[in-house]
Amino acid sequence: MDEMKKNVLEYIVDEYLDEDEEDEVSFDSPLISSGIVDSFSMVSLKRFVENKYSIKLPDEEATPEAFDTVNSICNLINKHMG
Amino acid sequence: MSNIESYEKVSKDFNWDIARDVLNWKDGELLNIGAICSDRICARGDADKTALIWEGFGDRKAEYTFNDLRIFSNGFAQFLKEQGIEPGDRVCIFMDKIPSLYFSFLGILKLGAIAQPLFSAFGDESLEVRLASANTKAILTTRKHVRKVRKIKDKLPDLKNIIVVEGDPAKLKEGEVFFDVLSAPKIEKFDVFESDSESPSVLHYTSGTTGQPKGALHVHSSIWGQALTTSWVLDLKDDDVYWCTADPGWVTGTSYGIIGPWALGTTQCVLDSGFTSSRWYQFIQDNKISVWYSAPTAIRALMKDGNELVGEFDLSSLRHLASVGEPLNAEAVIWSGEVFNGLQFHDTFWQTETGAMMITNFPGMEIRPGSMGMPFPGISATVLDLESHEPVTEPGKVGLIAFRPGWPSMFRRYWKQPDVYRSKFVGATDDAMPDELRMNPDLWYVSGDRASIDKDGYYWFVGRDDDVINTGGHLVGPFEIESALVEHEAIAEAAAIGKPDEVNMEVVKAFVTLKPGYEPSDDLELDIMNFIRKRLSPLAMPQEIEYMDKLPKTRSGKIVRRYLKAIEWGEDVGDISSLSDD
Repeated sequence: MDEMKKNVLEYIVDEYLDEDEEDEVSFDSPLISSGIVDSFSMVSLKRFVENKYSIKLPDEEATPEAFDTVNSICNLINKHMG
Repeated sequence: MSNIESYEKVSKDFNWDIARDVLNWKDGELLNIGAICSDRICARGDADKTALIWEGFGDRKAEYTFNDLRIFSNGFAQFLKEQGIEPGDRVCIFMDKIPSLYFSFLGILKLGAIAQPLFSAFGDESLEVRLASANTKAILTTRKHVRKVRKIKDKLPDLKNIIVVEGDPAKLKEGEVFFDVLSAPKIEKFDVFESDSESPSVLHYTSGTTGQPKGALHVHSSIWGQALTTSWVLDLKDDDVYWCTADPGWVTGTSYGIIGPWALGTTQCVLDSGFTSSRWYQFIQDNKISVWYSAPTAIRALMKDGNELVGEFDLSSLRHLASVGEPLNAEAVIWSGEVFNGLQFHDTFWQTETGAMMITNFPGMEIRPGSMGMPFPGISATVLDLESHEPVTEPGKVGLIAFRPGWPSMFRRYWKQPDVYRSKFVGATDDAMPDELRMNPDLWYVSGDRASIDKDGYYWFVGRDDDVINTGGHLVGPFEIESALVEHEAIAEAAAIGKPDEVNMEVVKAFVTLKPGYEPSDDLELDIMNFIRKRLSPLAMPQEIEYMDKLPKTRSGKIVRRYLKAIEWGEDVGDISSLSDD
């Protein structure tokens, strides 16, 4: 789980943040509600976790609330990895 | 009683001078939008009335009175003047929905310069194209977004002033200036530019099928249309608390998120944080919002989150709802009536070029769910036959939505593109100049959208008449996306279309062929998506990419988007005799 959180966080830092913002995001930091990731960009984040963990997340479960923190994203991934 | 009282009655005796009555306008007053929305409201005795209730992410809150609006817009006007900005210069506003966006917009107009608001999620390439087109002289931005400006500034010789209005001044780089209006000396008096009805005010960029985005130029007299439609369609009254959810990077956010409501002296709310349904409902509850102007995409997203969530909040302050951006589907209208105490969203139709609402559902009129409503009084509208370009007389027959030119908020030209402006008018002569076109009552301005009119005069939206993609209420040009796609190292050729989407109406889908040495893969698809997201914007990012061996083209080599779109939408592909056999 920790490794998964690190992977997801690293991807978010690389793709959605600039260099000097790295220390501002943790596993619990709001992503969607803070505006770091907008609703359109959430599609590419969803695609990343699907590719990375070979899962398919149903649209009805990939809500802004479910994608709002690294922790909640990883909970969703784990649910679908069985 | 609604402000409009009777649509039939006001339509019969309509003239645009009614807007002056609504604003209690006196002859000789200064027609400057920046001053009308701040100084004038103070002068009428409402200096201490709340103008802006602002909330950001993380419990950040602030309230500003109309006197604050006056002083802080003066502050921006004075600062820009000291930086050498002159009337007519283009000043870009490139920031999130923070209070300084609103103050600076009014300040730019007070100075007589032209406000060029751009959506802060634009990537560096989208920004560059628009700044280069407008020969923009100054940009107001924040620490978060100045990085994109740094990447492109060397390619913009006209961009002389990079002004950062928020963040840590110690992190600025050479050539950048810091200005925090809240901590700067208060400017009690500023000599407002004496604009007249045709003085340029706002330059909004909008996408077309071909070529790069076009700058639609508006003038200070647009306020007549914006104020009157705000009064009659949004029905704002003195004690209302109003929320327009649009970003001022787009025209709704300026016409109805700044100009219309503040010209009337209305208290308005701004929420600058990411979208979640519960946050939005909380915002309405906490601020006792009474009039809410939003977008179908947001309404459908709220619908998806269900009725139960609505019930967790006290939304009884709401009394009037309206919507704009793309057609509002009947289900969303009916749903809103069910969950918001019988209030249905009133759909409105207009566009960047029209500057104000054109076809709308009015308070008090029977809403036919799924219909755009009827033309605003004083607007001569029709649908033109697709072939003959003559007005359609048969109810239900689809044609091009068109308007007789001459309404006050009509755009005056496309920036440096007179031929493109001319092409929007049916019946224009080849040498007609913009001023002749917009005043010629024999022409039709063609919106680019298709609709039908029923026997009772209600308009029903059908779709775009071109390849422009309407995603989440924003127009995205396929050419801009395709141009960026072929800059990706793996892509040889590309086509972009809109594909149907339950929430956003359309999302971008790209069809690509790959260069030798590259193979289709999920990782490549994600890489391409992020490439476009960062260069253009999240809106332009393809949500699906289809790899093809070759793209459908005409014999002259032009990619045929129409063919791809017809297949994607499950429609008849039509005449394909001109397609190349290669």
